[in-house]
Amino acid sequence: MTELLKLQGLTKAYPGVIANDDVGFEIAKGEVHALLGENGAGKSTLVKMIYGLTKPDSGTMTLHGETYVPTSPQAARAAGVAMVFQHFSLFEALNVAENVALGMENPPKMKDLAKSIREVSENYGLPLDPDRTVGDLSAGERQRVEIIRCLLQDPKLLIMDEPTSVLTPQEVEILFKTLRQLQSEGTSILYISHKLEEIRSLCDEATILRLGKVVGTCDPKATSARDMAELMVGETLHIPTRDAKPSGAELLSVKDIEFAPQNPFGTRLKNLSLTVKAGEVLGIGGVAGNGQDELLSVLSGEARAQSGSVTLEGKEVSKLGPNARRKLGLLTAPEERLGHAAAPNMSLIENTALTAIIRKKLSKNNFINWSKTESFAKEIIKTYDVRTPSAAAAARSLSGGNLQKFVIGREVMQDPKVLVVNQPTWGVDASAAASIRQALLDLAANGAAVICISQDLDELMEISDHFAALNEGRLSAPRLAKGLTVDEIGLMMGGADGASKAEPEAEPETMGASA
Amino acid sequence: MDLGSISLVAFLASLMVASTPILLAALGEMITERAGVLNLGVEGMMIIGAICGFAIAVESGSAAVGFVGAAVGGALLSMLFAILTQFLFATQVPSGLALTLVGVGLASFIGQPYVGAAPPAVGKMPIPVLEQIPFFGPALFQHDAMVYVSLLLTLAIWAFLKFTRGGLILRAVGENHDAAHALGYKVRLVRVMAIGFGGAMAGLGGAYISLIRVPQWTDGITGGVGWIALAIVVFASWKPGRVLFGAYLFGGLTALQLNLQAANVPLLLVLPYLVMLAGVVYLAIAVAAGSWKKTLDVKPTLKTFAQFIGSGLALLLVGIATNYASGLDLLLLSSAPFVATIVVLVVISARSKGASNGPAMLGKTFQAH
Amino acid sequence: MISLVKRPQPSKAWVVATPILAVLITMILGGLLFAAMGKDPFVAIRTIFWDPLFNPDFAAYSRPQLLVKAAPLILIAIGLSLGFKAGIWNIGAEGQYIIGAITGASVGLAFYPMEAWFIFPLMVIAGALGGMLWGMIPAILKTKFNAPEILVSLMLVYFAEQIMIAVSLGALRNPDGNGFPGSRNLAQYASSANPELIAGTGAHWGVIAAFAAVVAAYVLLSKHLLGFQIRVTGESTRAAGFAGINAKRLIIFCLGISGALAGLAGLFEVTGPAGQITTSFNTGYGFTAIIVAFLGRLNPIGILLAGLLLALTFIGGELAQFMLSLPSASIQVFQGMLLMTLLAMDIFVNYKVVLRKKEAV
Repeated sequence: MTELLKLQGLTKAYPGVIANDDVGFEIAKGEVHALLGENGAGKSTLVKMIYGLTKPDSGTMTLHGETYVPTSPQAARAAGVAMVFQHFSLFEALNVAENVALGMENPPKMKDLAKSIREVSENYGLPLDPDRTVGDLSAGERQRVEIIRCLLQDPKLLIMDEPTSVLTPQEVEILFKTLRQLQSEGTSILYISHKLEEIRSLCDEATILRLGKVVGTCDPKATSARDMAELMVGETLHIPTRDAKPSGAELLSVKDIEFAPQNPFGTRLKNLSLTVKAGEVLGIGGVAGNGQDELLSVLSGEARAQSGSVTLEGKEVSKLGPNARRKLGLLTAPEERLGHAAAPNMSLIENTALTAIIRKKLSKNNFINWSKTESFAKEIIKTYDVRTPSAAAAARSLSGGNLQKFVIGREVMQDPKVLVVNQPTWGVDASAAASIRQALLDLAANGAAVICISQDLDELMEISDHFAALNEGRLSAPRLAKGLTVDEIGLMMGGADGASKAEPEAEPETMGASA
Repeated sequence: MDLGSISLVAFLASLMVASTPILLAALGEMITERAGVLNLGVEGMMIIGAICGFAIAVESGSAAVGFVGAAVGGALLSMLFAILTQFLFATQVPSGLALTLVGVGLASFIGQPYVGAAPPAVGKMPIPVLEQIPFFGPALFQHDAMVYVSLLLTLAIWAFLKFTRGGLILRAVGENHDAAHALGYKVRLVRVMAIGFGGAMAGLGGAYISLIRVPQWTDGITGGVGWIALAIVVFASWKPGRVLFGAYLFGGLTALQLNLQAANVPLLLVLPYLVMLAGVVYLAIAVAAGSWKKTLDVKPTLKTFAQFIGSGLALLLVGIATNYASGLDLLLLSSAPFVATIVVLVVISARSKGASNGPAMLGKTFQAH
Repeated sequence: MISLVKRPQPSKAWVVATPILAVLITMILGGLLFAAMGKDPFVAIRTIFWDPLFNPDFAAYSRPQLLVKAAPLILIAIGLSLGFKAGIWNIGAEGQYIIGAITGASVGLAFYPMEAWFIFPLMVIAGALGGMLWGMIPAILKTKFNAPEILVSLMLVYFAEQIMIAVSLGALRNPDGNGFPGSRNLAQYASSANPELIAGTGAHWGVIAAFAAVVAAYVLLSKHLLGFQIRVTGESTRAAGFAGINAKRLIIFCLGISGALAGLAGLFEVTGPAGQITTSFNTGYGFTAIIVAFLGRLNPIGILLAGLLLALTFIGGELAQFMLSLPSASIQVFQGMLLMTLLAMDIFVNYKVVLRKKEAV
């Protein structure tokens, strides 16, 4: 195979951090090349340089043996480099054809474009209607829009940034089929991921980045996942331990929630029911955008579902606001750390007051006791090893992992009866993720009920007693997590396992015994 | 009181003149907002346009040169806003307010020597053939050139947004600036141009007031028209056709006010019937459109109709109860545009049920990473 | 190459430094403007900023004026700052000021010519209530129908001005005024007058109220739960929702309080310095207070200082108009430029300017 793209000595520094340090590797024609690394390893910076979004401080790139200096994404696309983004670069209010046109240099007339979108999407097994508004599409369909947008330009190199994080296992299979088809047609693919099994099944070669440097290359098909993981992380991992625990009384019960969100592009929750018992961890999987945010908001009290739908320890709470629910012991930690779980420009002390005033009794006659708040903030920082210069530092100055530890710690240390978390370890480095998961398990071991909404199936399998999946606002019937196969999980995530014909829930005794 | 002295032809003609400045300014602001930028400085840019246009027209002796100068003046002032919000990442709301404060002060400052000056007269530009049509000719086709320019601009902007690549990029930037940036579009450049266009259009609108509608220079000559233009953009759901409708609605109100005042007819004598008439027109349109699209929703339609009739009757009662007192009537007449703006804002906001159908990035600061 | 780097957290030093620098830069820009008009820039700046306080020829008159003009600015700006902090944009304080003056004056005039101790307190209450009600209109329209409070509150300024004109010509017109527009002079009616309390200072009841408002706002924002809720809402509405803050209640509170404070400012003005409701009673305090609020960094102490400074520009501006025949609009331009410069300088609070040597690629 001949080489398509060669990177040599690429270095890019931002103030205070060297994002890429002397990075070099080659991608051959028709090769699927994996770029592996943890969050913050420098993958996105590298990709931005290849796609012309930033310029390297030093180093060279050659494409087809010629010097390649893309000054803009347009230039990159003209040179045959296309990219599918992790956070979609799509416009919700515009239709599919308009979205595609925006990603092309010289789009044909809208009518012709619509026709070629239909053709190409059928050819690659990714059917798509050009007239639909993107905001109404599912995450999987949105990704198709991005892929079609790239394919219409006949790329030589296709960059895919974490493409499967929004897909069900079945959809992943379809995507891989498409990618293999492209590969057979001679297109090279740079595949960015931290999911090792995927890389093992798809990629021909892997380059591993850690802290901005290339720490190794390997043939993923011949290397074990464990070896790659250790290269990626650079240390042996502490894997959370799951203590066997007795199951207790039913703490939270949700019955037939029907909820339409304010946001026109949000997901409507349909006929959603669940229960959690003391000591139990319920894992809720599902592709992003299937109602995760909405479920968290009706549980936290930010949004209200119909009355009678949410019951905490036998008490009807569906019409209560967040603080009234906190008082009763129902705490939550939303996905978005900055701007939802924490106010970015406020200090950690103030962010402690954000949710902890009620349970920790931090105010008297509506006057806040700031010194008491500060000492609780310091306690969280100490207990959860939050790396920050001081409790007075602004939330936005913390790294994602540290802020997440703070947010989870803040809720866990208020001693909740029920804790609901959404994407607790998203974008968090491996060791912080492990300690967050351990905190959730410890909480359950002490008799609280935990609902963990996540798109990371490995995480859910690791900590859950029961597993259920969200699909288009419906929740599948929860099943014992132990012994679930990937196929079964995929079917649940795809909605095949209807919530209506729920199989009988495992009895508490059985559950306790099986764990 | 002499209702008969109000001629419908003259009323329609004055309606178009009264609407044109609002239309120009609102079209410009609509483009700015479609790019995701909320510029609250319309009033300031308008008044700068008004004085620049006036001063340049007086000095050069040509109204056309004056209008060009007004557009340039408005655009230049808007660049202050562009620098603040696009390059220094200042928040848009206070920056827009600052622009208005600076604009109003600066205009009064520049305008001092021009108080009492007379601008060159702007001739009518009747449209051949069409002007001959009885009734419609004098009402619609015997205006100055700017009236037609403003209508042509409405059409051009509609076509630009709907059919051109430039329009698509503008909308894309307003919908999701991060995605537009990731695809390689120059978000900042697009926005600066949109802000400048908004400034130029506001400038034209202001100059229309000082050169044609009034025509003379006094402090605070725009008298809140810029703010009304901002409200019209919201009312119009950021669509050019509806901006035209909204601007003419307000122009109509202003023209009505002036005509009634001239004829010495109390507003409260006429308004109740106008409101009820509007209700009937609404019902007719809703039924026609609904049966055409086969989506007639009877209950809410009837409810809205009943609200129109109800408010009409209420106004009628107020009129009778106050015996058409002249003081109250004067107050109502002079504050009608502002009260109507509030009513319109409430109606449109209540309709959209809290979900704004404006550009998703409206008012948000963009920073490339 | 110069590049901007976002600071990990807002710089406290720059928060304080930017208003001061903004004032200095605006002075330089203003000086250039005056020079362009053929005036000596140094004399002009001295006349505006120095002479009213320290020139023996003017200070005796001007110094007390400082508090007289600063009081309404501070009162209104304190109210506005609470809303601005929470992202609630009341820009119609001018209207609330007018209505407060009218309702307060109406109560006083209703008692005329009776003399009683309770008349003035009643007027104060009426003024605050009037302003509050006028501020509640945009609040209710916002919470019930989601109508944009910026535009509604501003439209209500124009409406209030028309009401002011109507009552000056009608309901409140002085029956003994020979047909001139305008009400009776309240400052000359003992029970409604708001006199200078300490001779030579200019301090009237409005000044006391302004200082009280500063202290109350300081305590509210730093210690009280409600103040914390205001700050969180301004930082992030989603985080505020998560913290269980009732956004509607906050809108009602902020617009109500700012309306009441603006109404109070109007009442103290009409009973004291202005004396009567006329067709030109309002002089733009409600708009200048927006500048005061921002220049004071939405911080009560800052607003106190900023209010005094802007009051000085009013007095100095009048002096410069009189002494150097500077046009009155130049002060308006100056004030607007001040706000612009401040907003421009704000970048230093959140960004560091870094000079980087560009390596050859």
